[in-house]
Amino acid sequence: MPFKIGIVGVGYAGFDTMTPGLSTRELMFEAASRAYADAGIDPRKDVQSFICCTEDFWEGISITDEYMPDQLGAVLRPLCTVSSDGLVGVATACMHIASGLADVAVVESHSKASDVVNPNEIMSFGFDPVYNRHLDVDPRFLAGLEMTRYLKDSGTKREYCADVAVKNKKNALSNTRGVYGTNLSRETVLASPNAAAPLTELESSKVIDGSIVMVLASAEKAKKLGDHTVWVRGIGWSSDTPVIEDRDLATAAYAEQAAARAYKMADVRAPVSAFDLAEVDDTYSYKELQHLEALKLAAKGKAGRMVDSGNFDRNGKLPVNASGGSLGVGHLLEATGLHRLLEAVLQLRGQAGQLQIPGARKAVVQSWRGIPTATGAVAVLGN
Amino acid sequence: MRRRVAIIGAGMTLFRRRMLETGKELSFEAAKMALDAAGLTLKDIESVVEGSAPDAFDGVHMKGEYLIDGSGGIGKPYQRVYVGGGTGVFTPVAGWWNVASGLYDTCLCVAEEKMSPLHPHPQYAFWSIFDQILERPLGTTLLWIFSLEMRRYMHKYGIKEEEIAEVAVKNKGNAVDHPCAQLGAKITVDDVMRSEPICSPVKRLDVSPPSDGAAAVILASEKVAKKLTDQPVWLDGVGWTLDSTHWTNRDLAYPEYVEKAAKMAYKMAGIKNPRKEIDIAEPYDPFDYKELHHLEGLQLAGKGEAPKLAIEGVSQRDGDMPVCPSGGLLGVGNPIAAAGMMKVCECFWQLRGEAGKRQVKKDAHTAVAQAWGDLMQVGTVTVMRS
Repeated sequence: MPFKIGIVGVGYAGFDTMTPGLSTRELMFEAASRAYADAGIDPRKDVQSFICCTEDFWEGISITDEYMPDQLGAVLRPLCTVSSDGLVGVATACMHIASGLADVAVVESHSKASDVVNPNEIMSFGFDPVYNRHLDVDPRFLAGLEMTRYLKDSGTKREYCADVAVKNKKNALSNTRGVYGTNLSRETVLASPNAAAPLTELESSKVIDGSIVMVLASAEKAKKLGDHTVWVRGIGWSSDTPVIEDRDLATAAYAEQAAARAYKMADVRAPVSAFDLAEVDDTYSYKELQHLEALKLAAKGKAGRMVDSGNFDRNGKLPVNASGGSLGVGHLLEATGLHRLLEAVLQLRGQAGQLQIPGARKAVVQSWRGIPTATGAVAVLGN
Repeated sequence: MRRRVAIIGAGMTLFRRRMLETGKELSFEAAKMALDAAGLTLKDIESVVEGSAPDAFDGVHMKGEYLIDGSGGIGKPYQRVYVGGGTGVFTPVAGWWNVASGLYDTCLCVAEEKMSPLHPHPQYAFWSIFDQILERPLGTTLLWIFSLEMRRYMHKYGIKEEEIAEVAVKNKGNAVDHPCAQLGAKITVDDVMRSEPICSPVKRLDVSPPSDGAAAVILASEKVAKKLTDQPVWLDGVGWTLDSTHWTNRDLAYPEYVEKAAKMAYKMAGIKNPRKEIDIAEPYDPFDYKELHHLEGLQLAGKGEAPKLAIEGVSQRDGDMPVCPSGGLLGVGNPIAAAGMMKVCECFWQLRGEAGKRQVKKDAHTAVAQAWGDLMQVGTVTVMRS
């Protein structure tokens, strides 16, 4: 039986560099209220499982699930934390529904990055405490190393990475959620200060605040909810080794594995021609290229040239990050995967406004958990 | 379409105050033992679930990512799930949905906790679970709220400290027979009563110790389980519930969240009369009164009536419904997530008749394990059958 679970409601709040008027819990409340209205459900009656994707250190609280139930309408209901990107939360909701545990499940993830005084220091706490953490450097040094390795092994021109930033920031200009939309030249991107050489600051996404809530339902239940269901047809997630010295820094093995699982479930045999749009992780410019190759949307070593030739532009053959991605819209910490899923869902519903890709019916969404991880997820969507 | 899920192997490390092994190594040891018990290798495992409580213990951000290699998650779909102290029993619940959903046929579930890196004492990590504005300025610790809860429970039902102490005597006594136990001891009610008050009415011997350790189980779909073992233990019911953040507004005498979680699991397992149908219970006992609290939440005793069970011998290892035959957290130790998983392991061993000196006298077919956590807020429950 083909895998088919419906996304029946979406809601979001925030999408700004700072949200001083709202606490984390208030942001969540706004996003959840909109998602419930969108799906036409009452969380206190209609939902059997709530899933939050958070990490303690980003929240500044230990055991963050303590602070999740009230604003989601989940008091005295099954709620749990999955400490991962929002897409892994969506995978969890899919399993809850497929196992019959729930007819309707809710996934929430958020970023309140503006409350974090020392994001680089928090990120550094993800490194191995014995072998890596004593390096007193910007944690993005790992991105610099990966990018160098990727450029060398794939024979990609350095400039193509800058083109990713140019494309995505330009796309974000038409996105009402876009915070970092702008028109830049390749030269400006290359001339911006180093984040971690060769990666420049304009190629490194910046964090923003926001909360995103998704309502998922079984195929049967989805028929009765909302009127624009988008289907999850396949979902996969995977992790490479946490030991950074053991990884092949040139490729995104986690994305390859996750994609293989998602494609198998969705029966996608020729990824290049299977989708009308793709939202892939672009936390750093070179990551988009690595991920496009891992997802088999570009041949090995060819993604950069395809960006340069306009293949992945909004009006290109396969629009990639037409939303503006993380480089253009902003990075939402663990909510990044849910944000990109949101953009894809709006596209498939025909509700993407100025961003709309005409006739979009199938999409692939991919996430990465950021430094220092090698963990990512892939979802295949159809309507 | 729901599939039936079985536990086919279990393993655990020693529980100790300061283990020399890292969290990764502890995870590895428990996982390896569980794999060996099931006659499998990592190649046979399709997905991995890790459970671990606050990152603050280890001082490692994204602790789940850090533990991937130790728990065998490299190149596999790997999830770290987390509901505070309830995580241990919740970890096999997450494994359950990996298998029951039809996505994977085998799932390795590892729960690990390394509390000792935190200085000067692991208890300090719990300060950061409280509300930044309203509660942290008070310098709150978990012991404060436990003493409030214990006091409320005693007051509401007229229960004496001596009656509660019977639980510590029973569990520490049971743990003498557990090869991994940290604090097994033959003690008396008098010893408990005379132990040093930590936060009155909570005394030293009412409390479980901080520990390091790991525990693991292997789950498999019905088809795979029947090929691999003649003695699968079926994970027939799972449930979990989270109450409001506002613990100050809660009825501290009764854990409604445990009741709801238990009813969810019982309904799934088709259990209509828990007191008659459940042979063995492993409720969460970080404090002795919590065992009583949770037995009531699990519908295994009436409100305010749980203390009688230990006193009258019902919950003793040779009684009608043995409670914490493992020795519980009070006796075996309390490496948070691993402690909950230890309870699931104990049910597995008891139902297979492999519990050695700890084997209960009665013929046991159904067991329940439960854990609890957060701001006195979450209940996680699993029902197992042989």
